[in-house]
Amino acid sequence: MNTVTVLLLSFILSVTGLGIFIWSLRRNMFDDNPEAASVIFSTGEIGRVEDPSATSEQRAGLQRVVAEGGKAVIDPSLADKLRQELRDRIDADQSTAYVSFVFLACAIVWLVFASAFGLVSSIKLHNPEFLTQYAWLTFGRTRTLHLNMVAYGWCPMAAFGIAIWMLPRLLKTHLYGGRFALLGCMLWNAGLIAGLGSIAVGINDGLEWLEIPWQVSILLVAGGALIALPLVFTLANRKVDHLYVSIWYMGAALFWFPVLYLVGKLPAVHYGVEQAAMNWWFGHNVLGLYYTPIALASVYYFLPKIIGRPIQSYNLSLIGFWALAFFYGQVGGHHLVGGPVPHWLITLSIVQSMMMIIPVLAFSVNQHLTMRGHFKTTYYSPTLRFIVLGAMMYTLSSVEGSFEALRSISTVTHFTHFTVAHAHIGLYAFFSIVMFGAIYFVMPRIMNWEWPHPRLISVHFWLVTLGIGVYAVSLSIGGWLQGLDMLDAAKPFMESVLVTIPYLQARTLGGTLMTLGHLVFAVHFTQMALRYGRHRIGPALLHQRKNQPELQAAAGA
Amino acid sequence: MESEYKLLSGAMVTLALATATLVMLPYMQLSDVQAPAELKPYTDQQLRGREVYISMGCVYCHSQQPRSQSQAPDFQRGWGRASVAGDYYYDHPHLLGTMRTGPDLLNIGARQPSVDWNLGHLYEPRAYTPGSTMPAFPFMFSLKDKAEEGDVVVKLPPSHQPEGKVVVAKPEALDLVQYLISLNRTYPIDPGVDLPELPQAPAQAASEGAAQ
Repeated sequence: MNTVTVLLLSFILSVTGLGIFIWSLRRNMFDDNPEAASVIFSTGEIGRVEDPSATSEQRAGLQRVVAEGGKAVIDPSLADKLRQELRDRIDADQSTAYVSFVFLACAIVWLVFASAFGLVSSIKLHNPEFLTQYAWLTFGRTRTLHLNMVAYGWCPMAAFGIAIWMLPRLLKTHLYGGRFALLGCMLWNAGLIAGLGSIAVGINDGLEWLEIPWQVSILLVAGGALIALPLVFTLANRKVDHLYVSIWYMGAALFWFPVLYLVGKLPAVHYGVEQAAMNWWFGHNVLGLYYTPIALASVYYFLPKIIGRPIQSYNLSLIGFWALAFFYGQVGGHHLVGGPVPHWLITLSIVQSMMMIIPVLAFSVNQHLTMRGHFKTTYYSPTLRFIVLGAMMYTLSSVEGSFEALRSISTVTHFTHFTVAHAHIGLYAFFSIVMFGAIYFVMPRIMNWEWPHPRLISVHFWLVTLGIGVYAVSLSIGGWLQGLDMLDAAKPFMESVLVTIPYLQARTLGGTLMTLGHLVFAVHFTQMALRYGRHRIGPALLHQRKNQPELQAAAGA
Repeated sequence: MESEYKLLSGAMVTLALATATLVMLPYMQLSDVQAPAELKPYTDQQLRGREVYISMGCVYCHSQQPRSQSQAPDFQRGWGRASVAGDYYYDHPHLLGTMRTGPDLLNIGARQPSVDWNLGHLYEPRAYTPGSTMPAFPFMFSLKDKAEEGDVVVKLPPSHQPEGKVVVAKPEALDLVQYLISLNRTYPIDPGVDLPELPQAPAQAASEGAAQ
């Protein structure tokens, strides 16, 4: 069997599989607004805005924009039924409050530590004599600690916290098996602390993204499996017929991750170049099949929920999901373009990387059509501001990633800081910013408390937006120049190092702004957790205080 | 979508397809790769040095995979011919790397076979390469007033010699340098024979797995 056959076979299998899945799951193909897209709303709730992080003025403004958009159809006759369903939702929110809080609090701690190590590593790259006296502070370790704190600390903790909080809301029931998730959280964090300690003292498995020694990883696998259990139990007790888009992404991701990690950490199985192929199969899939789906699930839930309008096209979201599932898994080989691995493997990954444009466009068009006419809402809704920016960055980073896989572009960008910038557009500008938005939405529901200082949300937003902007732009340019210099045989290698220095300094500036943003966020989160401040709000839309912008606005609409 | 079973089984099928193509197929195709005759297994000291290389995270700035001359001027830079799967026969774990903040090291042993140069360069990279951004590794050395018997003294350029002290390499530095100078894949290879043809069976297994 020759390589062309393998390539064609794999490609045709992916496309056929995709077609079969979408065909078998289609429903009301040409219906504008099928029932399945409205699952996240209670009866008569479409047209009502929800953003717990907004102040009452912001909320009134938000509702006004939505009402002016002409999409708000509120039927007062359904008010009683809505009231009952909202009461049920409060029960659902209460069942997740404690579990989600634990995960999110861990996420914030890891975020702060990860930022510190990221910043130290960044400074070291343009100032190599900075902190060289101790082995645990050498670049190779601080960078690895940064990566592992982000990849196994901040990201999964935030993702689990948000996923567990969304589950009962999406399935209209309460959370089952929350205790398993708590136990899983403890095992996971214990494993992570042990793993980070190992890396710091110099014991690691030597594979990028898989550094934590496999003996310690058992804790993470067990913890991850326990955390996925509530999904199974809650699914089994669901009270809705339709599984909403977010559930597909979360369900798949929570099952994909333990398998990925298990295969990746199998001791004494992988060897030589095959191990390199596996390494990048894992490295890319942990982004594509774990973090990305959870963030997409959040966008699919929060964006329509905040503006009170169902997602534009159910069928586009179907295409988006299954195309991601079929294509994303096979893109990892593009990390080895030009490497000593079989050529068919690289070609296959490049083809599937380009195919990723399909699910990305399906998602982007869908979100854009849903937001159309409502972009002014980002002015009023703090959560939406993060979510919309994050969703846009998903499109940017994914399209950039597809093209980066092409041989001609990879030849320049591979081995340079350009890929580092790309990774941060994906995992920070997309994933982390979506998670920030989600946390701003979720925490007031968890704590029954308003954010003490709405202004700090704004400060956080602008610090991290500006920070990642400086970071991504400067490092992309610097990395590209580095790649060009490296390809120019007439230039000594040192030129490719020296050309990056100013851009690496700019990256430190960007990183500093981001870290400041995280400190603001962490302080605000702590104040929230301690119920600091005076404003106490009732849960959901039911509070009986005189500030009832939603209901007032709704009545007036 | 109404069925969680359809969702989860579909999700597992797609992952199985990805695992079959990116992990299992390479596993089967590459399992027949033989070590080139000129490639020697690592000695114990070199393996210890390799562990130091891993624990210090050298791989995050140094690749070990020169590209072909048709793609990049790696050969002209003295980094060696494009590597093949057999070159990594004794490598557990692989250290191919993804960054070239520093140069490729697959053939550093052929380029810089001097123990003195490598030791001094680890102690203070900028003593040898002005403008280098490589971290110094002073904790792998000890400063002594006078060398004792058995000590390996690092011969630094006079400008970087500490006043009235000698720099003595600790065992981890000596191991690491032994590993570095063992990195030499300059022997010729015949690219045609390195990769065996894809066997029939695995590809079929992959397609069957995906069709379920």
